[in-house]
Amino acid sequence: MSNARANILARLRAVAPQEPAATPEPDFYPATKLGHAERIAQLKRLMEHMHAEVIVTDPQHWIATLKDVLRARQVNGLLYGPAGPLGAALEANWDSELPPLVGYTEEVEQCKERLFALDAGITSTRGAVADVGALMLWPDANEPRLLSLVPAVHIAVLEATHIHDSLADAIARERWAEGMPTNALLISGPSKTADIELVLTFGVHGPKELIVLVLDDERG
Amino acid sequence: MTETVVDFPKNFAEALNNSQLRRNLRAAMDTMGHRRRTLFADLDALEQLRARGDAIRWRALRQLPDLLEQLEKKCTENGIQVHWAETPAEANQICLGIIQRHHASRVIKGKSMVSEEMHLNHFLDEQGIEALETDLGEYIIQLDHETPSHIIVPAIHKNRDQIARLFHEKIPNAPYTEVVEELNAIARKVLREKFFAGEVGVSGVNFAVAETGTLCLVENEGNGRMCTTAPPVHIAVMGLEKVVERLEDVPPLLRLLTGSATGQLITTYFNMITSPRKPGEKDGPKEVHLVLLDNGRSKIWADPELRQTLKCIRCGACMNHCPVYTRLGGHAYGYVYPGPIGSILTPQLEGLDHAGAMATASTFCGACEEVCPVKIPITTILRRLRTESYDKADSPNAVKGHGYKVNRMESLTWKGWALSNATPWLNALNAKVLGLAGPHLSKLPQVGVLKHWGQSRALPPFARKSLHVLAKEKGIADE
Amino acid sequence: MPTRPEKVYFFGTCLIDLCYPQAGMAGIALLQREGIQVVYPQAQSCCGQPAYNSGFPDEARKVARQQLKAFPKDYPIIIPSGSCGGMLKHHYPHLFAGEPEAAEAQRFANRVFELTEFLVTVLGIKLEDRGQPIKVTWHSTCSALREMRVIEYSKSLLRQLKNVELIELQRERECCGFGGTFSIKQPDISAAMVADKAADVAQTGAARLLSGDCGCLMNIGGALKHRNIPIPAQHVAEFLLERTQ
Repeated sequence: MSNARANILARLRAVAPQEPAATPEPDFYPATKLGHAERIAQLKRLMEHMHAEVIVTDPQHWIATLKDVLRARQVNGLLYGPAGPLGAALEANWDSELPPLVGYTEEVEQCKERLFALDAGITSTRGAVADVGALMLWPDANEPRLLSLVPAVHIAVLEATHIHDSLADAIARERWAEGMPTNALLISGPSKTADIELVLTFGVHGPKELIVLVLDDERG
Repeated sequence: MTETVVDFPKNFAEALNNSQLRRNLRAAMDTMGHRRRTLFADLDALEQLRARGDAIRWRALRQLPDLLEQLEKKCTENGIQVHWAETPAEANQICLGIIQRHHASRVIKGKSMVSEEMHLNHFLDEQGIEALETDLGEYIIQLDHETPSHIIVPAIHKNRDQIARLFHEKIPNAPYTEVVEELNAIARKVLREKFFAGEVGVSGVNFAVAETGTLCLVENEGNGRMCTTAPPVHIAVMGLEKVVERLEDVPPLLRLLTGSATGQLITTYFNMITSPRKPGEKDGPKEVHLVLLDNGRSKIWADPELRQTLKCIRCGACMNHCPVYTRLGGHAYGYVYPGPIGSILTPQLEGLDHAGAMATASTFCGACEEVCPVKIPITTILRRLRTESYDKADSPNAVKGHGYKVNRMESLTWKGWALSNATPWLNALNAKVLGLAGPHLSKLPQVGVLKHWGQSRALPPFARKSLHVLAKEKGIADE
Repeated sequence: MPTRPEKVYFFGTCLIDLCYPQAGMAGIALLQREGIQVVYPQAQSCCGQPAYNSGFPDEARKVARQQLKAFPKDYPIIIPSGSCGGMLKHHYPHLFAGEPEAAEAQRFANRVFELTEFLVTVLGIKLEDRGQPIKVTWHSTCSALREMRVIEYSKSLLRQLKNVELIELQRERECCGFGGTFSIKQPDISAAMVADKAADVAQTGAARLLSGDCGCLMNIGGALKHRNIPIPAQHVAEFLLERTQ
């Protein structure tokens, strides 16, 4: 192969360093500090604006809520991560009249067809950011990446205490720079496009529906 | 690669005469502008954010060689394979090599302007490899054998009727429908199968974080995630200027990008990729490759003024607000990057002798600079390019193809103009002659300047007495 | 802002000099009426912008140097144009960077005021409308808007006139397509832009189009006339004087 790397770097290094122009770097947006309830409310408002369905529930009732969500829809199964944070609770509380739970336990090469045939998937979330209204996901071995992408319905479970004011805040507080995962995601709603006459339509390639179950201990 | 000669006057005239195009564009640009204004309603906060974006990009560029090496090091540690390419041809060969090593023939692509710059699809096609665009807009234009006319909304020049006809004609069994949701559904069905079968995914990069070796992708559709997750191999191509120093630089740039581009607080997906599939993980590509393309950027970088061009985060706001782009659309510019950013970037990449005319397609109205999220001094650079078009002197940072426009007649005209305007008595004489000639202009042969001006406007009303004369007559002090 | 000066320079601009001297005289008259002594250096000509924007900075500098010479004293320089004003105020320092006149050009630039900006911010002018009711529309020129940032001053003066109704254009902030030599070098694009602007002006039903730059007025006014749309285009200084005499 060529010496592209050496040539490019040589060209860049040949230029005398520019004297550091004193460019002031103002703060990113005036940081808004939100309270617990405000954070939930803001997240819900913004995500619903992006056509996500946001249901505030609590750790005792979320599975019941999930069952309602599934009963209201004709889905052929629910893809989940058995070893993930939700796995045990789902398995322990599942009813036979519900769409079957399908574990994402094999590598994609072994289960691609099944994966692409399923209607719904459920994941936990790392948290969310309130200022723009988006979930944070760090998919991993137990809850793989395609779980939140391939099925037409994505159900995400969020603990209310994990909602940050902003992405900047999350990156700083959780020290993301010290170790990034294979894949980190922000998700603000179901897949959408405006490529035809700028008409906004939902559900183009990824999920057509995003349902967020917010687990709030302080509810009520 | 085929060397095309762009006939700017012909392109411009054709675009201006295409009333359908003009209507499509006007409606779209109005909508985009409105959405941006609505999102950035707090102008003081916006100014603060733009200053931050500018500073972040400039800080990254100032340290460009160091950051590129840091990015390479971090990526390599993370398991991402980094490749360097001086030219699009080299970048294409790198991609081809990876694809061939995996015996792949089906490539699925997310939206990437750098891949357009490389003409990657065309190149792979010649090698018998299908490279399918999966962003809806890109898919539409690929079906019609076109190139993007806008860097964010590639099919913006088409309306739904045109797309309806296209789908009906080109996609087997697709019914004719002008309902946007139904058109989307048709594309979804076709592309789902392609995502399923894709062997290599290609994407661009919006920001590459040197600190962590993370590639950031911004999108709404999910096709980008598909391309970077479903196939076993992911190739990310990026212009080498896209690197930023720290992870904390990302949130402000992300806000500026989505807000400026489409007036969105955030896109549906913000996808940060730091490594290939790790042991135990069940999906994601087993190989991730990052191709760093120079293609003239290091030369642009060498000049402190032109370097500002490289701050661009490809939001397209300059296009959406450009009165010239709004009249022409992207195709008339003849190159990959249209509009104001294209008019400063393309002549630098391709040479003034090829694309210098783009720098003349501006009134210097400054609407682009007003909205640019990273404060690129677009008109200053346009002016520089115009100046270099007439400058044959070989200074080290001279733009490729400079001096292409040197023209005795035009240079003489300006010399004469300068002499007249720097010599008060000549200036007075000139005013007198024009004042006398003024009423008779319409009787002169309408050629050259008169023709160009006069075909759509009344001729300039030269006054019999100039302001100099009137001021003197009224006794206005001259000191 | 400087305190109210005794004397000011008036920079007429070449276009006003040649085509719209009445607009220049109106600007001078408005200043004089406020008790300001106006000096009009006969050695002035063009700001140099046409050459500067066309890629001929040496020629532009030669002409600009003449202006530095023509306005030597420490008076504010009042200019009835956002475009030429922008050249003097924002581009001269750039044009003379590294030249012997660099410091002089900066001092010169610091003294430049657009006419309506000066009338409002320095003189605090109060206008009494003596005209019949009239509907007008206003085009914000690009340099006045984005370089000199004086549009609010111009419009505030119109708002002082009680019988004047300002009907806004649908695209007040969009360029008219003049762009100096752009209108000659890209005549088709320019024509398409000014056609849209003329249509916008026509749909307001206003009796007059006002603006602060004669280049744009010549462009839009010329397009209106070419289409036989009977809406005269007029420089704001002329209009202000006419209404208050």
